[in-house]
Amino acid sequence: MAKDTKIIETYEKLRGAARKRLEAERAEGIPSIRITMSTCARAAGAEETKKAIEDVLEAQGLNARIISVGCLGHCYAEPLLIIDHPTTGFPPICYYNVDANKAKLICRSYLEDGDPAFEYVLGAMEENDLIPPVTTFPRFSMEQRVVMELCGLIDPWNIDHYLDKDGYSALASALQMEREEIIEIVTKSGLRGRGGAGFPTGKKWKFAFEKSADGKVVICNADEGDPGAYMDRTIIESNPHQLLEGLIICAYAVGADEALVYVRAEYPLAVRTIQHAIEEAREYGLLGENILGSDFSLSVRVFQGSGAFVCGEETALIQSVEGRRGMPQHRPPYPVEKGLWGKPTVVNNVKTLSSVPPIIRRGADWFRSIGTEGSPGTAIFSVVGNVKHPGLVEIAMGTTLRTLIFDICGGIPGKKKFKAVQIGGPSGGCLPEQFLDTPIDFDSLTQAGAMMGSGGMVIMDEDSCMVDVARYFLEFTQKESCGKCTFCRIGTKHLLNILNRITKGEGREEDLETLRQLAEDIKKGSLCGLGKTAPNPVLTSLRYFMDEYEAHVKEKRCPALKCRDLIAYYIDLEKCARGCEACVGSCPVEAIFTTKGRKKAIDQSLCVKCGECMTSCPPEYDAVVKVSPPELAPIIERPPDQQPKRAMDGADS
Amino acid sequence: MVQIIVNGKSIEVEEGQTVLEACLSNGIFIPNLCFLKDREHPHASCRLCFVEIEGRPAPVPSCTVNVEDGMVIRTDTPEVKRLQKSAFKLIMSGHPCHAKTCPTEKPCTLMKIAKHLGVGLSPKPLEKLERDIPEVVDFGFMFYFPYRCVLCGRCVHVCRTQNEGKPLLTFARRGFDTMVAFFSDPGENVEAKCRSCLACINICPTAALVLKADERKTA
Repeated sequence: MAKDTKIIETYEKLRGAARKRLEAERAEGIPSIRITMSTCARAAGAEETKKAIEDVLEAQGLNARIISVGCLGHCYAEPLLIIDHPTTGFPPICYYNVDANKAKLICRSYLEDGDPAFEYVLGAMEENDLIPPVTTFPRFSMEQRVVMELCGLIDPWNIDHYLDKDGYSALASALQMEREEIIEIVTKSGLRGRGGAGFPTGKKWKFAFEKSADGKVVICNADEGDPGAYMDRTIIESNPHQLLEGLIICAYAVGADEALVYVRAEYPLAVRTIQHAIEEAREYGLLGENILGSDFSLSVRVFQGSGAFVCGEETALIQSVEGRRGMPQHRPPYPVEKGLWGKPTVVNNVKTLSSVPPIIRRGADWFRSIGTEGSPGTAIFSVVGNVKHPGLVEIAMGTTLRTLIFDICGGIPGKKKFKAVQIGGPSGGCLPEQFLDTPIDFDSLTQAGAMMGSGGMVIMDEDSCMVDVARYFLEFTQKESCGKCTFCRIGTKHLLNILNRITKGEGREEDLETLRQLAEDIKKGSLCGLGKTAPNPVLTSLRYFMDEYEAHVKEKRCPALKCRDLIAYYIDLEKCARGCEACVGSCPVEAIFTTKGRKKAIDQSLCVKCGECMTSCPPEYDAVVKVSPPELAPIIERPPDQQPKRAMDGADS
Repeated sequence: MVQIIVNGKSIEVEEGQTVLEACLSNGIFIPNLCFLKDREHPHASCRLCFVEIEGRPAPVPSCTVNVEDGMVIRTDTPEVKRLQKSAFKLIMSGHPCHAKTCPTEKPCTLMKIAKHLGVGLSPKPLEKLERDIPEVVDFGFMFYFPYRCVLCGRCVHVCRTQNEGKPLLTFARRGFDTMVAFFSDPGENVEAKCRSCLACINICPTAALVLKADERKTA
């Protein structure tokens, strides 16, 4: 395409108009209240918070603009507010865990009286002399945001906000480049597919570009399904336009005329957000015919997946778009050769496409300067589990697990010891303490037996049983197997059965060898990525936590005191306080009775091991003890007058 | 024609064939269940037809690779046997063998594979698994016995071919409980059409699909 200054002019006009509109809003000088309204914030009560703010503004006759933004990634602090009250001289201030009552207090105090209510402040959003900025907090300062730079700061439902931050400028410059030039930049940047496998993105685009075909397709894979992973959802809900911009650039580079965003229907807010963004982009001439006045045209539509985990696998995803059962197909042919409706198809993850606009804007060398040689750029993890500051974290590749878990996310709460980190969801593996200094990048993690996966990260403390964790993930993959190939369909069922047996204390010594061999065969023999990686949680836990498996099998003991069939609760009569009844009422099955010495004891035949008594026992006594194996609990006879009154009265009437 | 070397023996085979086809047509048996000659895209689901090909890091299903001149193939290495045995045991753990009442012609496909692999029909050390699916499903004029079915998918494929891409048979349910199901548009009388076809019944390796009339005879 000829260099065409018209494209830049058209773009600058768009951006100028957007800035003018926002400038006019700012000129009014009224305070703005940004509230996080992504799915995660809503779950934490953001809707009530927003309602409370609206109520208090109305009741007090206060004038402020409420802007719903996406997610900042700080899940532990949701719902978050950022109030910018320019006339007070304070910088924009971020408040955390703002429930409805706090919201009312903050609004009245700050907007009415000009007092920022310091007790609820997380920090200021800018450097200043009055309030410590959030950047003094490692959870903010140690992150490096490329994909999530604007998440939680702009209104995802208003394209002006994105344009104001130079959004779509990468598209404008890309449309002036030759297609090969764009592919060259992406190749040089070293960007690798963020869906998990880490395939070089530039290479994939080149394959599709070189295919001559009647039509080509680009699919954005937002079929995120790992338990505990929610990066893609958050990115779509917080900054859909960066994704769209990447998608359009990709389509232009490979020569596609059709694009799809494949989002699962369980993400209703993400679906609505991306649909709205597509409409806005179309209105602005950034999609549809002759984008930005160039001769490139593209239509984008949203396809809602029905939530089968396996549809995240690209061939299964394509099958499901075509209206067939979502079952993976043998590759080759790869989708870039023969994909949707037989056309060459590029399938890229949300994070991959969202990385593209910054790369085009700031160049391949800039992107290469972040991260490692083999894995440039950043990685986004949803860090969950036993960690102080969970949430979405975007870090430079090559950051060690230790830095991420202990420095950025605050380490393990409650003075517990770190035990393992599970990376990559059900396809990943559990790494123990000695791997904490492993740098996070595609190759190092794979080498250690885990994988980048889509970015789920579960931190586990000493109370987690690794056999139980492996069982949990197997239960998931087993349920989500499409049933096509022998190894995945039947093999994972056997793995799960054996693990179930072991956690119930019915494990046999030969089970461990069967488990390992079968897991290796499934890894080698399965048809698709789901089956090939499903045994990873088993293989890594066998490799690094063999002692726990052996304790379960040989001693019928669960070292983490987690597996219900292998533990027992008893009350230490030395510590139990005579006459105290705290535990009695908490027991759902009337297993607790009074001993002859007027202390309490547990009837092991009735106990369901819920642990309520342990929670309710006053800390000054701390008399309830959990042991494994269950035989360690002393048996105390229940006196005849202490038989349980079955609480069945009235149940029939 | 191209030259390939299988287990040290050089053979001449037609171009465009898969390794599996080439071996089978030259009297070299490779276990298989889901393979069908006319398929454009291999189903590759039974995971029995593994072979080792020189230059490839791991065994591959031979139904997914086309022959190339000078290809060196081994069908009998320990690694190949191990994967085949493992897949076969998995299949047998979900396929209760009732040889006496089973209407297949003996030795059945599974027995032949067992003999080739030198293993019995028992899945040991794996346990027999029970699937949470009905014992028998009435497909109108035929019965479907899910417990006999090894989900090779041949019936679904031939049905798709016979009905111009719109099969009456397809997979239903997920994971371990996957089975074949029969769908037809309401009011459509498919029986006459199906009766004149019966491709699915004829191609089933385990007699999971049986005409009602035949089933009564064996009962």
